[in-house]
Amino acid sequence: MFESKSGVLFIAGLLFFAIAFLSNALLPALMYQHLEEKTAEQLVNANLRYQFEDLAQRFPESFKEHIGTPPDNDEQAAEWYDEKCADMLRLGRDIYVGEGCWHCHSQFVRPVSNESERFGPVARSEEYQNELQRPVLFGTRRVGPDLSREAGRRSSDWHAVHFFKPTDLSPGSPMPEYPWFFDGAPDKPNRRGLALLTYIQWLGSWLDSYPYYEGYEESAIATLERRADDEARAAASADSDASEEVEESTEEATNE
Amino acid sequence: MTTQSNAAEPSNAADQTVPNHAELVDERIVCWYFFAALIFFFASLAGGFLMAFQLIRHNPLNGIEFFSPGRWRMVHTNAIAYGFLANAFLGMLHWVVPRLTLKPVLDKRLSWFIFAAWQVVVGSTAVGILLGQAQGLEWGETPVWIDPLAQVGLLLVAINFMAPIISQQGPIYVTLWYFIAAFVWTFLTYAMGNFVPQYCVSGSSAGAVGGLFIHDLVGLFVTPLGWGMMYYFVPILLKKPIWSHGLSLVGFWGLAFFYPLQGIHHFLYTPIPMFLQYGAVMSTIAVELVVMTVVINFFGTIWGDGKAFWENLPIRYFYTGMVFYFITCAQCALQVTLTFQQLIHFSDWVVGHAHLVMFGVFSMWLLGVMTYLFPRLLKREWYSRTLCEWHFWMSAGGLAVMALDLTLAGLFQGWSWMGLQPWEHSIEVSQPFWITRIFAGMAMALAQVIFLCNLYLTWTKSPVTVEEPTVSPATA
Repeated sequence: MFESKSGVLFIAGLLFFAIAFLSNALLPALMYQHLEEKTAEQLVNANLRYQFEDLAQRFPESFKEHIGTPPDNDEQAAEWYDEKCADMLRLGRDIYVGEGCWHCHSQFVRPVSNESERFGPVARSEEYQNELQRPVLFGTRRVGPDLSREAGRRSSDWHAVHFFKPTDLSPGSPMPEYPWFFDGAPDKPNRRGLALLTYIQWLGSWLDSYPYYEGYEESAIATLERRADDEARAAASADSDASEEVEESTEEATNE
Repeated sequence: MTTQSNAAEPSNAADQTVPNHAELVDERIVCWYFFAALIFFFASLAGGFLMAFQLIRHNPLNGIEFFSPGRWRMVHTNAIAYGFLANAFLGMLHWVVPRLTLKPVLDKRLSWFIFAAWQVVVGSTAVGILLGQAQGLEWGETPVWIDPLAQVGLLLVAINFMAPIISQQGPIYVTLWYFIAAFVWTFLTYAMGNFVPQYCVSGSSAGAVGGLFIHDLVGLFVTPLGWGMMYYFVPILLKKPIWSHGLSLVGFWGLAFFYPLQGIHHFLYTPIPMFLQYGAVMSTIAVELVVMTVVINFFGTIWGDGKAFWENLPIRYFYTGMVFYFITCAQCALQVTLTFQQLIHFSDWVVGHAHLVMFGVFSMWLLGVMTYLFPRLLKREWYSRTLCEWHFWMSAGGLAVMALDLTLAGLFQGWSWMGLQPWEHSIEVSQPFWITRIFAGMAMALAQVIFLCNLYLTWTKSPVTVEEPTVSPATA
């Protein structure tokens, strides 16, 4: 059996592969079956819509030329923006993939290595259940920072200039220049540029803690409120000797 | 020179009914596959250099769409996997399978069709990627419209080579275990990776499948073909059988069982359930123990013949590759643990590891096979043994420097991130390593240029000296 054609073909070739596929691929797929897979339309949220309409304000001519003009009627305009925003999300994601952005920027925050301090809340499964994560863009290398909490952190102006010539804003950055997202100048993004800006402003826009600013410091009142909150929780769990739990709840409160 | 051993297998007296070499092996197709492989090798090197120069902020082609380092980075990995490794393996298979089974492949016209089709697949993958149509999965970037064609190609490859293998009676030789498994696995792996995460599942489940794919592509396509090749060439070149048949069995079946179970170890600390991550880590450590038995088996084989390592160039390539393989596996058993992952994930450590495997092991083996076969295919000795030596030492030396350099770079990057230094710090701290990497890469690239020059000079200048290879049946 161990040296025969059929043994190798059926046991090693097919059976062992099948076992691995069942346990490593089908099992997680079944575990997440209950999570609805969202379409790009469902992903358009208020934060993203704000950023998208902001693009129309910042780059009026480019927006008009490459995306169009919204109808005059307010209700129709809202629908129009939603629709265009979803289209741009899909296109933006295709460009993000096609340009290989995901080879230098990851899209998940790990619960270790102080990553939640730097980037924001740790990644959760639900965040990835949507059509823009086919295939999922976790990424495997970080030359540049993680982008899954990038939305709202910087303005679209900043991103436009940064795509056009990264070193103008981040001296020493090894990121390539992407002048082909523009009609010759950073204030004239073309269709691809607008799509990518939309996509970047979507990454993390669904979070409660949006926008997650770097070096964000909470106000004095917020600090007092949080401390009161922590003390209340600590008192509640004082009976149990699980000190880990307290630490966890403190962390949660910080993220909130 | 000991490289001139012509027997197909350790043999007794030649049988009268054995077909002659020319009926079995279509030497032209072996040659063509090797040439195609070398062309894509250079495409891959070009991609690597573009990215490397970008990282040290001296990319002369910055801002030109079709030379975008992001796109060329994908050409770099795909050209190595599908252009160099796959083509070189196919050439090798056209030599090994017919000589081992004493039967030609199913149809020589089919072979040529596959050859042409595969170049179209790899060529259009490169063009598709350069036009910005990549798919978002490492090593699965092949644009979606090429995937079905590649899938059919892999099926035809399996059919073409399985025909002579199926005709074998009784137990088959170790090489064929690996090859049969590789034909089945490669087909299944490609289908799984290119279709499931694109059309069937999204999110974390797609991550699990994607991890399985990038892992299986190394473990179930490249590795079995590589080891099958070693089990064929090493006994021939050393003129003695493999040390232990029992260890060969342990090695193959251990690899077959444990290797496919580990895909998720590429995505530790993701939202993929923790118990699956633990399972992947455990089976990874298990497989490292198993592959050690294979390495031990081969070192047992060369034991007492150490001189061959220095005198016989292909053997030196093979055993150098095995030393790198040992290092890779030892490294892998450590880096796969959650403790190491905290530090080295996302860093250049992983890039160093990838180069150690793909160049240090499998490319070195295939370059060794080419060094062995080109004199037989072109019917003349290498123009210059000195140039062959330069090819070896610059490839191996360059790779060793690159792997060590990137591994260290990974540690520095990991500590910089963990210490919450500003992001720019991790870039600045990487610069000396990235600059060193360029020079290591130049050595490796120059080695291949030397190889090409030597090949050209061999082809045009040397007188015909090598006799027609003879065939004798295996006795195992």
